[in-house]
Amino acid sequence: MTVEAISTGSAGPVANSRSLVEQSLKRRYAAEARFKAYGIGAILIGLAFLVIVFASIIQRGYTSFVQSEFHLDIFLDKEVIDPSGTSDGNDLLIADYPALIQDALVTALKLDPKSRTDVRLAGTLLSANADTAVRNFVLANRDQIGKTVPFWVLASGNVDSVLKGAFDRSIPEERRKLNDKQLGWIDSAYANGLLAKRFNTGLFTFGASSQPESAGIGVALIGSLFMMLTVVLLAVPIGVAAALYLEEFAPKNRITDIIEVNINNLAAVPSIVFGILGLAVFINFMGLPRSASLVGGLVLALMTLPTIIIATRAAIAAVPPSIREAALGVGASKMQSITHHVLPLAVPGILTGTIIGLAKALGETAPLLMIGMVAFVVEYPRTPLDPATALPVQIYMWATAAERGFVERTSGATLILLAFLACMNILAVILRRRFERRW
Amino acid sequence: MASLGFALAYFRARSGTRAAGRPHSRPGYHGTFVFLTTFLPAAFLIAVWSAASPPLVGSLVMNGLPERELSKSPAEISLTMGTIQSLAHGLELIAPEQLAEVRTGKPVLGEILERRGIPLASAPLPFMVSAAVKQYDLTHTSMLLKWILGLGLAAAGLVLGSLRVGPTFRARNSVEGVILAGLAAASTVAILTTVGIVFSMLFETIHFFRHVPMSDFFFGTVWDPRFSAAGQSGASEGQFGLLPLLWGTLYISLVALLVAVPVGLLSAIYMSEYASRYVRTTVKPLLEVLAGIPTIVYGFFALITVGPFLRDTGAALGLNISATSVLTAGLVMGIMLIPFVSSLSDDIINAVPQSLRDGSYGLGATKSETIRRVVLPAALPGIVGAIMLAASRAIGETMIVVLAAGIAANLSWNPLEPLTTITVKIVSQLTGDLEFDSPQTLVAFALGLTLFCFTLALNIYALYMVRKYREQYE
Repeated sequence: MTVEAISTGSAGPVANSRSLVEQSLKRRYAAEARFKAYGIGAILIGLAFLVIVFASIIQRGYTSFVQSEFHLDIFLDKEVIDPSGTSDGNDLLIADYPALIQDALVTALKLDPKSRTDVRLAGTLLSANADTAVRNFVLANRDQIGKTVPFWVLASGNVDSVLKGAFDRSIPEERRKLNDKQLGWIDSAYANGLLAKRFNTGLFTFGASSQPESAGIGVALIGSLFMMLTVVLLAVPIGVAAALYLEEFAPKNRITDIIEVNINNLAAVPSIVFGILGLAVFINFMGLPRSASLVGGLVLALMTLPTIIIATRAAIAAVPPSIREAALGVGASKMQSITHHVLPLAVPGILTGTIIGLAKALGETAPLLMIGMVAFVVEYPRTPLDPATALPVQIYMWATAAERGFVERTSGATLILLAFLACMNILAVILRRRFERRW
Repeated sequence: MASLGFALAYFRARSGTRAAGRPHSRPGYHGTFVFLTTFLPAAFLIAVWSAASPPLVGSLVMNGLPERELSKSPAEISLTMGTIQSLAHGLELIAPEQLAEVRTGKPVLGEILERRGIPLASAPLPFMVSAAVKQYDLTHTSMLLKWILGLGLAAAGLVLGSLRVGPTFRARNSVEGVILAGLAAASTVAILTTVGIVFSMLFETIHFFRHVPMSDFFFGTVWDPRFSAAGQSGASEGQFGLLPLLWGTLYISLVALLVAVPVGLLSAIYMSEYASRYVRTTVKPLLEVLAGIPTIVYGFFALITVGPFLRDTGAALGLNISATSVLTAGLVMGIMLIPFVSSLSDDIINAVPQSLRDGSYGLGATKSETIRRVVLPAALPGIVGAIMLAASRAIGETMIVVLAAGIAANLSWNPLEPLTTITVKIVSQLTGDLEFDSPQTLVAFALGLTLFCFTLALNIYALYMVRKYREQYE
């Protein structure tokens, strides 16, 4: 229209359309600015969610890395521990250690041992599993029986929450879990070093427990480790082999087309479906034991396989054809050109893909629920066939536990899981930066 | 043995090289060839034998049972077989002279096992002991035969393979053929997985539909599976209506998409069209961190932070929001899907040819007009595909809904109430003690198959859309 107006030489329509455009410009620029602001807003919302997720977990979880413990000099009374004098293992195992610890605490708090209420109240300050450490020490050092030995023993979950400031003292005394007397003891014990917050090694070493203060992720860590080993040993060789075949050797036909579509779809199948597969095939059909980390590893390996195949194919495809042609030109067979030249050059890409796949597998929970990893396992698993749990499954079990003390543990375990994932992803990024080659 | 073959052939080939000039293949290939001829057939035989032997021995032992026992019900027979199995296992542990004593038919086995600290539920009957001895003998014979035949085959492979080693033998081609076959076999594992998924669920689902008619499952509006009570089959039949679960699944996914699509799409547009290189390279990885967080962490976050927050906010506004609700689960799932939507749409928007944009700018359009009128319509099929992939992800998501959506199977419109999903019910039906012939357990497989078909259809269609879109501009 404008062009027409110019060519006819009349000034009227030009001025008219220009003013029209100029009038609308303001509106259009405002729309432009609005649209841009929506985009920035969306990004800020996304980043805000990221911050909120991390902040909420860190805020709840960081306290779980310290644990309240009493520093007590415990008299390992021969009369109590080894009355028969034979150092019989069974006697040592069933001896009344809680009484010894309770006595030591009563002495340390300078209470009257004859006042039964005081003794009972003091006893509730100790964890129900405080005796484990003492018993294990006695079993390992039988010559120490009859001597007085300093110990750090676990305080109860309530004491722990007092020291961490999570205990509400404003509630009327009769509805509180600790009365004023006990709070007084705790405060004075904390003031004179009898009670202290120490780094929580138990969180990393203990197995399952019904008491939050003696529950840990030791079993889950070993279970997850076994699973990751299974995934690496199975998924990586099979995935790399499959990718090599599909990318380098496979003829372009119906069957390889189906395999390709199939791999892409498998990568998007809900993880819980893999769990059902594991239950039906590995446990019901092949008769492998439930809750075994081997079965979990097998299921996770099948899940990770598509990720590894896709990453490896991309890495192989990125190696320029000139490398292959040069190898073929000096007389290598096709297999030699690939195993001697293409594959080594693709290794960084394959490693990156593998690590990302492993990180995904490490955080996966749903399929493991299907194959019975939701188990109360106290003993460390020795082989991949022993019952075990996995880190994310342990988080799930604690998240659904009723006791409030488990919230802190759950957040702590979540932080550990996230730390592992962060390390793996950072490793993948470093590998990519370090070895990435632009051809 | 196979390593021995490798060494043998390697050195023969090397000495051969010196004697007869240049052979076709390098010594390593000759060695590997003999290694493979020695190892592969024998390993294959041993593997097949090990898999086939226990069922075969079991059926032989079962056929040898007295008539009276075989006429009992299948459950009783399997109980008897179980006892025999554990007796035979016990026989492995006792001393040889005790074993000889058991063979004479004296009823001493129970006593011996008890002394070894292996408790038995009841004193074993004589026919059980003889069957156990039979099983023990058969297992040992089978094991002996397996190793003799396996080693024999290995030796034969070693000799035959070594004979072929020579300057003219093309060992490399043979070895490469085997490797290629191995690679091809690896690529079928993915197919086998899919087949395994479909069949493992199909059989149990057919089983389930024998208990519950198909129409009741697909069109039933009540989900009330009841607990299976032992011994009373008719009275404990629950109702297995899929519709409430399907409704919950779709509703929660819809809420999740309402959160994820606007945020994800707008940030993708900003990042691909407006953002400077610096912003792009910092913000994109940060947003992708959201995708790397495991779903269990999101579930815990929903349970402990979002749920109580929404409940308290609702209480302040006079709304009654339960701590587990459609809104909680949908919101958190939406957060999880943001990077998924944004990185997929980012790729797709980047694939729109620059010439389209330049044409639009040339006509005097502003940047946002170009995006809304030219780039987005051009990218629409791809974006729809991306959203469908995100929807499939939301439908199959488990841990967030298990922790945050609740367990009540309702057909309700209210997003502030708890609803349940297919995945939640699969988890609750398949954890704990399982009884593999009750509809309560089998329904999980029917649900799993429904879920699989649903997501598969979405995925195939979405991948087709994305692929077709990409081809259009390539």
